[in-house]
Amino acid sequence: MPLLEVKDLRVNYRVYEGTLKVLNGVNISLEKGEKVGIIGESACGKTTTVKSVMRLLASNAKIAGGEVRYAGEDVLTMAKGRLRDLRRKKMSMIFQDPSAALNPVFTIRQQLYDIIKFSADTRLSKEETHEGALKYLKEAALPEPERILDSYPFQLSGGMKQRVSIAMALVSANELLIADEPGTSLDVTIEDQIMRLLKKIVEEKEISVILITHALGTVKNFVDRIYVMYAGTIVEEGPTKEVFNNPQHPYTQMLIKAVPKLTGGGVPEGILGQVPSYLTPPSGCRFVTRCPYRMEVCDQVPRMYKAGTDQKAACFLYDEGHRSK
Amino acid sequence: MGTLTHGLGCEGEAVNNLKSGRSLSERYGRYWYKFRRNKLSIIGLAAIIAVIFIALFAPWLSPYPSNAGLFVNFAAAGQAPSGTHVFGTEEIGRDIFSRIMFGFQYSLMLMVVVLSISVAPGVILGLIAGYYNGRGISVVIMRLADVFVAVPPLLLALSVASVLTPSAVNAMLAVSLAWWPWYTRLVYSSSSSIRNEDYVRAAELVGASRWHIMFKEILPNSLGSILTKVTLDCGWVILIGASLSYVGLGAQAPTPDLGTMIAEGAAYLPAQWWISIFPAFAIVVVILGFNLLGDGINDMFSSGIS
Amino acid sequence: MHLNDPIFVQYFYWVQGIFTGDWGIALFTQRNVLLDVQEFLPSTVELIAVAAIIDLLIAVPLGLVAGRYANSAVDNGVRILSYIGIAIPSFVVAVLLQISLGYGTHLFPIIGRLSQTTAPPPTITGLYTIDSLLTGNFGAFGDALWHLVLPAFALALGPIAQEARIMRSAVVENLHSDYTLSEISHGLPERTIALKYLMKPSLIPTITIYALDISAQIGNAFLIELIFNWPGFSRYGLNAMLSKDLNAIVAVVLVAGIMFAVANILVDLVVGYLDPRIRLRGRSGE
Repeated sequence: MPLLEVKDLRVNYRVYEGTLKVLNGVNISLEKGEKVGIIGESACGKTTTVKSVMRLLASNAKIAGGEVRYAGEDVLTMAKGRLRDLRRKKMSMIFQDPSAALNPVFTIRQQLYDIIKFSADTRLSKEETHEGALKYLKEAALPEPERILDSYPFQLSGGMKQRVSIAMALVSANELLIADEPGTSLDVTIEDQIMRLLKKIVEEKEISVILITHALGTVKNFVDRIYVMYAGTIVEEGPTKEVFNNPQHPYTQMLIKAVPKLTGGGVPEGILGQVPSYLTPPSGCRFVTRCPYRMEVCDQVPRMYKAGTDQKAACFLYDEGHRSK
Repeated sequence: MGTLTHGLGCEGEAVNNLKSGRSLSERYGRYWYKFRRNKLSIIGLAAIIAVIFIALFAPWLSPYPSNAGLFVNFAAAGQAPSGTHVFGTEEIGRDIFSRIMFGFQYSLMLMVVVLSISVAPGVILGLIAGYYNGRGISVVIMRLADVFVAVPPLLLALSVASVLTPSAVNAMLAVSLAWWPWYTRLVYSSSSSIRNEDYVRAAELVGASRWHIMFKEILPNSLGSILTKVTLDCGWVILIGASLSYVGLGAQAPTPDLGTMIAEGAAYLPAQWWISIFPAFAIVVVILGFNLLGDGINDMFSSGIS
Repeated sequence: MHLNDPIFVQYFYWVQGIFTGDWGIALFTQRNVLLDVQEFLPSTVELIAVAAIIDLLIAVPLGLVAGRYANSAVDNGVRILSYIGIAIPSFVVAVLLQISLGYGTHLFPIIGRLSQTTAPPPTITGLYTIDSLLTGNFGAFGDALWHLVLPAFALALGPIAQEARIMRSAVVENLHSDYTLSEISHGLPERTIALKYLMKPSLIPTITIYALDISAQIGNAFLIELIFNWPGFSRYGLNAMLSKDLNAIVAVVLVAGIMFAVANILVDLVVGYLDPRIRLRGRSGE
């Protein structure tokens, strides 16, 4: 049984213009100890997907269908107490902007102590709580733990804040860590440090990871498997190497070409056009408006077809029946 | 990933993205949508429209128009609400229902006069203080505003009204004097930050005059908050006007004023409760209406989805 | 009287008088205004202080619950309550309270600071509740408190409505912040999140408005003291105004200004305590 299974997840947002059909049947599965990445342009549903997994969606979001199974249990319908147990001990999340993810008016000590206290099953003494705090700060490679503990978030640098966030997440993420663009708001060098640290920790502790990013360089060296998202759908999945070296879905091909290369070769190609409106998305394949290989059949929703050596792509190009034409 | 075209936001950005290239009617449609999403705003709007209508047409709508002014009918004094006098009559026999209708006239007039005297100078002073932020003139304006803000508006209005002869006009003057600094502070806080925005700097570089920058670049950005404050203040101004009248420093008899009516009726409590309760209810309707309306207008200008 | 001197010189003499204890003679009490202030101010301070406590004790929980359960039935109830609180003039509230809880049911006294049968405690602070406690006179303490309920509540209703709204919107804003989501995702109990992590940041804007509201209450106290026949500073001020007694009026405005300044200093201290960014930024130079 996979650790996490997202099946045909559909999420809508109610806004002034009507209903935004953001997630349109997302399927993701994750084995224990596995690291997967979700990549795609901004605003293609990556964050919505992981927030659904944590059941953290905003009040105007509505789950329109599908299920999220954690070790077989349905997260979306489970009782609140059970859900809290999951969040206390099994899974946790790191947010994109560490400045926003730490409560500004409490010291790190107050926040970290509480997380440790409430994650434990037995009543911890002050010393035990403190020891725990030191342990997690050390895991997150933070120097001078006492000074950090006595600091308020605004007294720390961006990189330190993100390490503190990691330390906090580690308390409860014993099985699954969701990282939503954990380095995006930091300097490139700091981002690199953070990503290396994160990789080291999760490999040592054998924690499963879902890493969201739109920076393809960071994901490449981090995850085992990649899901490519476009406009609320998974368009391709496969082992990291395969997806990068031999992308199958037209969108993935364009996405990878769009990354500037250090080795030269001029300005990278962009992707023409825009992500379609979530109000009135194309009824079939959502990439149809920008796809150079558009076919008649594309007004239907493609399922995942086997493609390349080890991948699957949601594209009719890989459907036996259509490839011949 | 700078070369990627930017797509729709899943959460908040989604709405912003649709803004590009939308027509004027679409924009008003959005304002109206945001306004009517809260049903209380509609109730407030309806209440205010009704009050304005009643005030404008009081001479024709009221059952006893002559009771608005000097009128005595001791035969009908102190009657409880009935078919002929729906809200009853007061101590000298005047119809309370009719007097309330005329009372709206005075309340609305007070509000219009006070806000038209105080908002414009307050806003202009705030713009100047924001534009010249850090310089002498800005400091002088803002310290002056601070002095006025330090005294509660009701107390300031009471003091000014007491030094002048108690009358409707002086009451309006007194309240206006208490009101302008709040607009100065409001506009100052937004204009002093907008002042340093790149687009204002750019306008300056191409040689736009300081008036152009103040009124065309800075002011439009504060308009939403000014409008919201004006609407909410409509209620407050009427409240303070009624308080002045209540202690006898506002409109003088025989002007039908809700505050005066409540004060006069208080002497007959609790036996003849209708004399002050109905005017009190009327004033609550007006203030509540403006508050609900103000919140609706605030919703219109605020972003965010839920 | 220096009436022939230029206005600036007259102003100088006035300021000098303020600091040397010569506040001028109030025409209608025929004595130094400063003595009047000393006699009448404590009862107003007591009234406003009790109103301020009631305000905070009611508004903060209301705002917290309404914000935490935004758009629920509770939230709508609080919203309607706060609209009513804002829209009813305090003098109307006072009269309604007198009718409903005073005249008809005799649950609370309608006028004055003490029953006629109760002897006032010896003056130490001038606040009857504190003076009676200091002298161990619990009967007088209860009586004074009992007399304070209606006027203080009439004074507090408007601010309660105001603060509950501010608190609610602050809670809603913080509820949607990443740090609240983060706290939820770490599995903290809802109670801890609401009562600790949402409460403290939401109190900051609430307390700021609270101070302004409370110091403005000296204005509303004018009407409340009139209605409850409260022998306080505001009623004194009102009499001064109605008899156009300039020395007394100036003193009233001056005292109101001082109260405003004091309230603001207190708030800066409290907000500084609640908000480390304000407290520490100057020191650490960040």
